Amino acid sequence: MIGKTVIGTARGFGVTLKQIFRGTVTEQYPEYKRPVYPRFRGRHRLNRHANGLEKCVGCSLCAAACPVDCIRVVAAENTPENRVSAGERYARIYEINLSRCILCGYCELACPFDAITLGNDYEFSEYSRRDLIYSKDMLLAEPIKRTPVADPELYDTPTPYYRTGS
Amino acid sequence: MSPLATNVALPLAAAERWWVGAIEAFVVIMILLLTFAFMTLIERKLLGRFQLRFGPNRAGPFGVLQPFADLIKLVRKAPFRPDRVIHPVLYLGAPALSATMAFLAFSVIPWGGGWELYGFQIDGQVVNLPISLIVIFAIGSISSYGVLLGGWVSESKYALIGAMRAGAQLVSYEVALALSVLGVVLMSRSLSLTGIVAAQQRTIWYIVPQIVGFACFAVAGVAEVGRAPFDLPEAEQELVAGYHTEYSGMRWGLFQIAEYVHMITISALMVTLFFGGWLFPVLHRFGPIWFVLKLAIVLFCFIWARATLPRLRYDQLMNLGWKVLLPVATVNAVATAFFVVLV
Repeated sequence: MIGKTVIGTARGFGVTLKQIFRGTVTEQYPEYKRPVYPRFRGRHRLNRHANGLEKCVGCSLCAAACPVDCIRVVAAENTPENRVSAGERYARIYEINLSRCILCGYCELACPFDAITLGNDYEFSEYSRRDLIYSKDMLLAEPIKRTPVADPELYDTPTPYYRTGS
Repeated sequence: MSPLATNVALPLAAAERWWVGAIEAFVVIMILLLTFAFMTLIERKLLGRFQLRFGPNRAGPFGVLQPFADLIKLVRKAPFRPDRVIHPVLYLGAPALSATMAFLAFSVIPWGGGWELYGFQIDGQVVNLPISLIVIFAIGSISSYGVLLGGWVSESKYALIGAMRAGAQLVSYEVALALSVLGVVLMSRSLSLTGIVAAQQRTIWYIVPQIVGFACFAVAGVAEVGRAPFDLPEAEQELVAGYHTEYSGMRWGLFQIAEYVHMITISALMVTLFFGGWLFPVLHRFGPIWFVLKLAIVLFCFIWARATLPRLRYDQLMNLGWKVLLPVATVNAVATAFFVVLV
């Protein structure tokens, strides 16, 4: 019985010692960012048509679909002098509170014009909660390329239609 | 004669000047503090490697500045003291007592054979006592008062339970520890650590004839310094942090220093008693380097054990101490006595 205990303990020591030579599995995050999956759901962006007009028509369906109620849309009428979107109305205020958003993508599904889509960025930490409320300008702006995306060919997932066409 | 002539054979030769001893003590304390600082780093890095991760690698290249970052953090931390401490002076004194005693115990550890440098005798240890082995155990016992005091005076249940466990554990394993070195003492017929090393130079490293004593010493030594798998006094899953629950900042740091220096002392004692101290078959003049190398290997084994073995249950701890280690160490001591007398 004692011999068994001693041998077992010694084998345990051997197992742990082996681990030292196996190297590490840690990813050095800020220096190395693992590429996200092609359909990774990150921060939202608002899209424009090719002619520069906004796709969003201020219908608030995204806000209705949002389970955590983090989207606020205030619509206004397009006028001939001030034509913002392709439709009748446009979103005068479009805010997403990213401190509440759970990145579920329901807004993207609800949107009839593919005006809102989820991008790849996940690095939006801020020092203040106020800074996490993204306004329409921020959502429309072309995001800084910070997140590497894996090659879609590597995965057996179809590219979403809104990424292929306009 | 070269200024750095080794003097292995004459450990008790010419008396050392007192100020040489003082300088030596200062240097040894500084080296111990540095060793402690880097032990924390090396332990964390090695544990990381054992668990397939890096450990601290952000402060400086390979994280070498981590101990200093930790120190700055500890010093700047608000010195917290619970309102209900039983006695404020004792509360502050407990960590200081622990750390002081830990440093004191190392003073008798020999790390070299002694040298003669420009006509001055320099010993290979801070103080050379004929009873240095007993001194180490005596001081080790006093340092457990720091732990007990700190746990009791904090007026906190976790601290008190941790302190009681520490007290019971230290008392149980001190017996086995002292009995396990008895074989070495009998064989070398000396209580002086330099004498024991000199005896090993004449014969053989005592790991060979005293393998049983060594095994007992290794297990009891780990328990004595309260490290995993015997870290019940500070079992963080059940006792928050054990006896130093109510300490923060540098006061906590002093307890930490005491624990690590105690570990280094026990390792150095193990090297001295069983692995021939600063001796090595070749290159005698590099005595301290051999000593440090052996010490490093023993310290690695401490960390290795922490990465491998799960913590014992309290009754298992007591059973192991009283029902296994104590009888084995006693039989070993008695058998050694017979051999020494008869052979």
